[in-house]
Amino acid sequence: MDKFSVYAARLVEKGEYFASGHRACQGCAEALAVRLVMKALGRDTIVAMATGCMEIVSSPLPTTAWEVPWIHVAFENASAVITGCESGMKAMMRKGKLPPKKINFVAMGGDGATADIGMGQLSGALERGHDFVYVCYDNEAYMNTGIQRSSATPWGASTTTSPAGKLSKGQRTQKKDLPKIAIAHNIPYVATACPSFPFDLMEKVKKAAAVEGPAYLHILSVCPTGWRIPSEEAIKYGRLAVNTCVFPLYECLYGKYRLTYRPNPILPVREYIEGQGRFRHLTPEDIEAIQERTTAEYEKLVKLSEEV
Amino acid sequence: MARPMEEIRWQDLEIGATVSEPGCSREYKTGSWRSLRPVVDGEQCIRCGVCWLYCPDAAIDRSEDGHFQADLDYCKGCGICARECPVGCITMEIEES
Repeated sequence: MDKFSVYAARLVEKGEYFASGHRACQGCAEALAVRLVMKALGRDTIVAMATGCMEIVSSPLPTTAWEVPWIHVAFENASAVITGCESGMKAMMRKGKLPPKKINFVAMGGDGATADIGMGQLSGALERGHDFVYVCYDNEAYMNTGIQRSSATPWGASTTTSPAGKLSKGQRTQKKDLPKIAIAHNIPYVATACPSFPFDLMEKVKKAAAVEGPAYLHILSVCPTGWRIPSEEAIKYGRLAVNTCVFPLYECLYGKYRLTYRPNPILPVREYIEGQGRFRHLTPEDIEAIQERTTAEYEKLVKLSEEV
Repeated sequence: MARPMEEIRWQDLEIGATVSEPGCSREYKTGSWRSLRPVVDGEQCIRCGVCWLYCPDAAIDRSEDGHFQADLDYCKGCGICARECPVGCITMEIEES
């Protein structure tokens, strides 16, 4: 931890818009990510949330953890609903039924709701150019229903539907690169973030809310339950994912890439993989293969960020 | 919430199952999940607030003298605060029934 983080924690917004008493597991970094995102967005926000961990834990009847207008929608249509809200509010402001005001429209979903089930609607919403932010909380599987693989699960991870055994090494496919898909829509702002780097995350959320037009945020949220790690190490593994370049932090503003954090030194991927129960069946050769791929991907990204 | 959660019946729910009171999950105390309790050493604490920033449950309060204390009504005992504290002034102690 650097000196700035120790000093700056007290400068962060004091208001809580994601209240205590939600039912997330112990040490859930996804709940922390929601809390930090809401701190950065503030009160004037409308949230549509797809089904998933954060929807389940925040809103069992008759309670809600949300301090802002919030709607739960089906798995696939969070982005469709929020674009409807945006258009509706815009029309009401134009007709003078509501005072004109800057409101943040935010759709949230897990990696399942974003990468698998809601992909089409997300693509449509980004293409139509509504002024909204889509936040994807990526915990790399369907954790809410008991750790089933999604297309955002990394290669080699053992889940209940991609179990590791004699004939299987766990997940057989590579992780779907969602931020790159969002960038391919030529939208104003795309960024990756991790709650282990809270200031970087909040900065990006504010930027995403400020740009005109759609913005996409991809947040790696460590899941102690699904990744099979101790609950107190959730923040540490987020930091390791970034420092080993498995999950590089970057942003793409109007097509211009920028790495917002360059790990120095870059740690070997082994350090990130070794402690996690979902990767414990991997042999040194498998880890070497992951290392090669990670390095190649990171070098590509560095090259992109150096283009003018 | 006007009444404790246990007393609310299905007849009391609003149409469309809307919840009109923001942040009423505070009525639900998650502190009973805990098996480890964070204990802060006030002497060592530098009052930086890193524990407060990293708490997923927003269960750390700042007292009047500037020290940070876990709100045991909501603290689930995950241990992130103890792990992330830059001076290591938080220890996790076993909760006695």
